[in-house]
Amino acid sequence: MADELERPEHRESEPHLPSPTIWPFAFAGAVALILLGLIVSLTITAIGVVLAVVFGFLWIRDVTRDLRGEPEPVEAPAPVVVEEEEGVEPERYTRSKFLEASTLGLGAAIGGIVTVPVLGFAVAPAFVGQGHPDVDLGPLDSYPEGEWLIATFTSVPEDGAVSRRTAFVRNNGLRNEVPSFTIISNRCVHLGCPTQPQGPPGEAQDVETSKEPVTLQPTQPSGFGCPCHGGAYDIEGNRTAGPPVRALDRFEYSIIDGSLWLGAPYSVGSVEGQGADAIVTRYDAADPGVHVDGPEQIFYPYVP
Amino acid sequence: MARTRSKRRQQLEQVVMYPLDWVEERSGIVGALHYFLFRKVPRDTNWFHTLGSATLTAFIVQLVTGVILAFYYKPSPNEAYASIQMITNDLTLGWLVRGMHRWGASVFIILLFLHLGRVFLFGAYKYPRELNWLVGVLLLALAMLEGFTGYLLPWDQTSYWATVVGINLNATAPFAGPFLSDFLRGGQEIGTNTLSIFYSMHMLLIPGALIGLITLHLYLVIRLGVTSPPWSDDPAGEEREEVVTAKRGLVEPRPRGNGGPPE
Repeated sequence: MADELERPEHRESEPHLPSPTIWPFAFAGAVALILLGLIVSLTITAIGVVLAVVFGFLWIRDVTRDLRGEPEPVEAPAPVVVEEEEGVEPERYTRSKFLEASTLGLGAAIGGIVTVPVLGFAVAPAFVGQGHPDVDLGPLDSYPEGEWLIATFTSVPEDGAVSRRTAFVRNNGLRNEVPSFTIISNRCVHLGCPTQPQGPPGEAQDVETSKEPVTLQPTQPSGFGCPCHGGAYDIEGNRTAGPPVRALDRFEYSIIDGSLWLGAPYSVGSVEGQGADAIVTRYDAADPGVHVDGPEQIFYPYVP
Repeated sequence: MARTRSKRRQQLEQVVMYPLDWVEERSGIVGALHYFLFRKVPRDTNWFHTLGSATLTAFIVQLVTGVILAFYYKPSPNEAYASIQMITNDLTLGWLVRGMHRWGASVFIILLFLHLGRVFLFGAYKYPRELNWLVGVLLLALAMLEGFTGYLLPWDQTSYWATVVGINLNATAPFAGPFLSDFLRGGQEIGTNTLSIFYSMHMLLIPGALIGLITLHLYLVIRLGVTSPPWSDDPAGEEREEVVTAKRGLVEPRPRGNGGPPE
């Protein structure tokens, strides 16, 4: 605009510029509305068509003003502020600066619009909709009272062998006329290696369930031990030696139609007592190596 | 007689040089390559200065063999182990390419550390090369991440349990630990996605970042020049006479006695 003012009168030989007008922007908005309406609703398309016609008419009227011989509306000239200092150009917001800023801004906006959903997709699936489907571990008859069984099961049938997990199951008999089980995860709470029962293993057999078959192997352990770094646990899963930071994780369970069903895992601070009478300090499931009780829980890991 | 021979040689030279001239006229690439290969280095550079190029060569070997292995490797839990066995035992020269990639990985890391040691002991990390040291540290971290993610891919007992331990080590890191472990596993347990996440990071994400950072690393080496050894009479580098400002790209005389790096 500022350039325009300083320019001398247009001569006939110079290319003739149409008078400035705002309506192309409005017209473009109306076209965008039409396209949006095609997806969303025809009412919006209709509004867009009406607006496009109106704005198109106004645009044509502005552009052809010279040809029709109408005088251009003259805006009241803004009072010119004269800089006090001699020889200092007043700072102007030039066209090139505007284009520079809008190019950068548009580029950033497009980059953001593309990046945010992609980053979201990269990260979110690992955190959203995660859970532990219940697993059928077979009829209660397969679990003789007072005996430990190594149960190997498919925790997510559609995932196949990669979801094979192992738990140590002991039927504690009835407590208050309700069956009681101790189900200990084999995952070492040091760094997640598979612990082994310290005792002679018996003969494994497959038990049919409502889903995938479960492999049950009897054993008489004196405790559990981890081959990776020597973590050792007693028969209730309490740490007795080595680097583990808490007792072995346990699983919730339920009994449905005479079958034992495995629920979600939870973490254990420590266990007092034995078998059905054991008192378990229970915490939300935590990663191996994470302290769940004591002052260390603040620092390993520190998560604000 | 001598005259004609020299004329013929001239003609031959023109024929040989024509394609290069053609490329140079349109791109300037030949000149740039010439500048890169024949740039001046300190008089007493020695074999220790080749460790960086050796590391780059090891990286290129990893790139090439990795791309070829990706032709035949199948990153799914049910097929990964079998495809590795197939590459090793059945494919012609598969054992060689897999061996190059497997042992080359260790060579790459060893050379990285030797190069790091050379730069440290020669004091080549000092002004004006601090930024290149930082880029190098990032490269080292990414290279070790390559080792971590690549270790899972054979999908045997060793790699599976080593990765379980590695992920759980990450889980105890402060602030991001638990989130990092869930992200690496693709959930709370190692499942069908874990292997493909590791594969994608190992062959796309991290190599891309490595290539970008190596380019920056080399650019800085060329711009700042090779450091002369500590026992050299040549200066290892010199302080700029001007102050360079990012905003104006201008240079001003450096004020003596204040500001700027120590003399």
